[in-house]
Amino acid sequence: MAAKGFVKGIVSNLVTVEVDGAVSQNEICYITVGGVKLMAEVIKVIGKDAFVQVFESTRGMRVGDEVEFQGHMLEVTLGPGMLSKNYDGLQNDLDKMEGVFLKRGEYTYPLDENKKWNFKPLAKAGDKVVAGDWLGEVDENFQPHKIMVPFVFSGEYVIKSVAEPGEYTIHDTMAVLVTADGQEVKVSMVQKWPVKKAITCYSEKPRPYKLLETGVRTIDTVNPIVEGGTGFIPGPFGTGKTVLQHAISKQAEADIVIIAACGERANEVVEIFTEFPELVDPHTGRKLMERTIIIANTSNMPVAAREASVYTAMTIAEYYRSMGLKVLLMADSTSRWAQALREMSNRLEELPGPDAFPMDLSAIIANFYARAGFVHLKNGATGSVTFIGTVSPAGGNLKEPVTENTKKVARCFYALEQERADRKRYPAVNPIESYSKYLEYPEFQEYIAEHISPDWIEKVNEIKTRMLRGKEIAEQINILGDDGVPVDYHVIFWKSELIDFVILQQDAFDPVDSVTSLPRQEFMLNKVIDICRAEFAFDNFLSVMDYFKRVINVFKQMNYSEFESEQFRKFNEELDELLRERIVK
Amino acid sequence: MATKAFQKIYTKITQITKATCSLKASGVGYDELASVDGKLAQVVKIVGDEVTLQVFSGTEGIRTNAEVVFMGKAPSLKVGDQLAGRFFNAYGEPIDGGPVPEGKEVEIGGPSVNPVRREQPSELIATGIAGIDLNNTLVTGQKIPFFADPDQPFNQVMAMVALRAQSDKIVLGGMGMTNDDYLFFKNAFSNAGALDRIVSFINTTEDPSVERILIPDMALCAAEYFAVEKHEKVLVLLTDMTNYADALAIVSNRMDQIPSKDSMPGSLYSDLAKIYEKAVQFPDGGSITIIAVTTLSGGDITHAVPDNTGYITEGQLYLRRDSDVGKVIVDPFRSLSRLKQLVTGKKTREDHPQVMNAAVRLYADAANAKTKLENGFDLTDYDNRTLAFAKDYSSKLLAIDVNLDTTEMLDVAWSLFGKYFKPAEVNIKQALVDKYWKN
Repeated sequence: MAAKGFVKGIVSNLVTVEVDGAVSQNEICYITVGGVKLMAEVIKVIGKDAFVQVFESTRGMRVGDEVEFQGHMLEVTLGPGMLSKNYDGLQNDLDKMEGVFLKRGEYTYPLDENKKWNFKPLAKAGDKVVAGDWLGEVDENFQPHKIMVPFVFSGEYVIKSVAEPGEYTIHDTMAVLVTADGQEVKVSMVQKWPVKKAITCYSEKPRPYKLLETGVRTIDTVNPIVEGGTGFIPGPFGTGKTVLQHAISKQAEADIVIIAACGERANEVVEIFTEFPELVDPHTGRKLMERTIIIANTSNMPVAAREASVYTAMTIAEYYRSMGLKVLLMADSTSRWAQALREMSNRLEELPGPDAFPMDLSAIIANFYARAGFVHLKNGATGSVTFIGTVSPAGGNLKEPVTENTKKVARCFYALEQERADRKRYPAVNPIESYSKYLEYPEFQEYIAEHISPDWIEKVNEIKTRMLRGKEIAEQINILGDDGVPVDYHVIFWKSELIDFVILQQDAFDPVDSVTSLPRQEFMLNKVIDICRAEFAFDNFLSVMDYFKRVINVFKQMNYSEFESEQFRKFNEELDELLRERIVK
Repeated sequence: MATKAFQKIYTKITQITKATCSLKASGVGYDELASVDGKLAQVVKIVGDEVTLQVFSGTEGIRTNAEVVFMGKAPSLKVGDQLAGRFFNAYGEPIDGGPVPEGKEVEIGGPSVNPVRREQPSELIATGIAGIDLNNTLVTGQKIPFFADPDQPFNQVMAMVALRAQSDKIVLGGMGMTNDDYLFFKNAFSNAGALDRIVSFINTTEDPSVERILIPDMALCAAEYFAVEKHEKVLVLLTDMTNYADALAIVSNRMDQIPSKDSMPGSLYSDLAKIYEKAVQFPDGGSITIIAVTTLSGGDITHAVPDNTGYITEGQLYLRRDSDVGKVIVDPFRSLSRLKQLVTGKKTREDHPQVMNAAVRLYADAANAKTKLENGFDLTDYDNRTLAFAKDYSSKLLAIDVNLDTTEMLDVAWSLFGKYFKPAEVNIKQALVDKYWKN
């Protein structure tokens, strides 16, 4: 029997509750305020007092208000029908809520309880199963949605029966399992799972190695992310974090995309609501919304639910991974989540760490990133959760706790730079500071050698070296003047500009340029590298500049043309002509 | 505020600090209003039977036996059509000598709009100022601040924008406004004959600083009435949000909270977001657009207030004095309207995005040429032409005293291109050059 209690003290959304029984850390409770039940979570217990964070405004709450504990932690409801949904941070279906304004204490069921799903069994009576094993599947927006043995089940079960193929609702019994001691348990399409715990129903989690295509050149070519990899995008405001994130979520070659809008602008979520149902997934040709789940805790929604929102998103991601799917999770922005932790730690009067963030911030971030990954399921299939978070560093300074702690755990770093943004060089990812650790993984190098070409990684590293060299020369030219350095230096500088304009810069608003396929990226990289390695004859720096501006212009026209189209070939020929003009060898 | 009959009166205050006082009381709701010897206060903390009140106007002169009455409601405003044309203080009480308006009482700081009930903003707001309309087009439902040093004429520009914008109502929220600025707004609105569509909530420098915490919520509560109930286009002006943040810092300091960056409370982002996110476009045509002012100290945008604001708002506008033409201009480099692509070239002429970018690019070339000149390097013919272009561009388009419609702005830009450049130098799509180029 779950405990009861009453309110003893209130400071903003931190409420002290006197409990008349046992409670557990992170247990959920409901506080009745003026007839409305408000959800809250236990975050500290001292003696008979439980400190709970309320997921809503506490306006009007009184001492003595009744509290009912639920005996479980914050859970998500997992089952078919989550794709295309717009949830809040606690997985309430926003579309089911009535009225223009969010009502306090209104909680809506995340799934459709009446919809019929076409079930196909994958297991049969007599099979031995454990948690996470597939019993059957239904078709959810053209994805095979597996009905699994609930993750909370422990030990081995024998299947007594599995439902016949046919149409069922989510609460129908899909299978009956028998425990070792002979008890029968029914399994439906729905299960629950506490969000703070990782779903670990897989056999192993090897180092990830498969390239995850995003269509963004500065990622795929220069600093690639992998299926099951982790990355983060820090950047001051106005440097294009959101545009880059939207580009990735639109174009990435993933089965499922989950977007956690965590403490960001509501209009950005509205943009997704408005555009995704219209836009087409470049890989499958179906509407983007069909593979997308949005978890929206915008900046004006309750702060305590902000932390919950990223965990809700991650848990849903892990659920789909257990079906053998490629899941991409984007969280914008993890800084807002850290700030929510800071507010609460402050109210709990904990001793603060750097910048008043809680001392365990680094552990919280590390644990969260660790939930991503590429896994081998017990049945041999593979699945992945790739996680990319944005960070909004205060004052654009990357030496702040959230950025530093994220840098320790995320394997890809995409530093958005104010200076590049000011010069309209988008995406404003700094090519020198950014990195992808995966380039150093032997598994990844092997994969690339096999799937693209054996000398690919070498070329990518050459690009990076050339960008650095170009930057050094630009600094020298700034000090010494154009005439103060040899003409050769100008050539080296302009080769780095060529890389910048042709490969790094990409127009996110142009239908062709915004998404570049892998074969096309390979073609362009080879073309650019050939030019970089060639020798040119120039007698003065002005002719270097003029010449490379012309080269870049033709390349840009190519970037705006469909790959291998008539127009593309025309520009390619024009380019070759231009190169013959000046190349010595 | 008058007390009602049969209300319990407490007279035993146990603790008094600069901004708060505590007493033993029961049955009190969180956020509830109270009056302490007639001064308004709000419940900020309850521990058992001890209730802590934040006294908005400060605790000066409060006695330990002061009369405390709880009002059983959070701060609220009576909303209705009678608000139009009126001036109120931070509590929503008239300061213009008129009667107390009648209307439905609504708690301020109310719930957020469900994101799925929002509409994507798509309606242009014309201000006549090319630095805004041409380069940083505003859209209804947008939230955008001026980032300005205190000596810049942001209040004048804001008043001008407000009067020219085609809005049904203008709600002015003044926080820590000097009396002179308050009178400026009052005169500007009354001279324009626009008083009947303006609602003002004013906290001047003469009023207690903590009171100004209520101003944005009051202003937005009134705005929501007109936008939601009346489906009107409402423009909310908030000046100056830095004063608001300073008041928050005072309160959190007195509540013994641990300060984060720049002595601001750790919740600054959420506090500011709650205000700015009230900007919204509703599907039925009602909208709330917020134009705010965030004053900077010496142009420092890394300070916690502008920094957090920048992450929340949809762009920012900078004013700058251009010494070459002796006018205040809207800085084309640092200013940004994140929503402009929703309307430019769609609600305006097709050449708008390209002309805008080309002009800013040439202006940037001029800035480079200027640096070269200052460093003693020789200028090319192109450099000299960009410098001449920059002067014209600055005084004919960027200056805040410009008043043109967007098509005229585009024509002016084309004529400047034609005057100083060859078509190949402006980098605009050939089809547009063929159609609009002026010699």
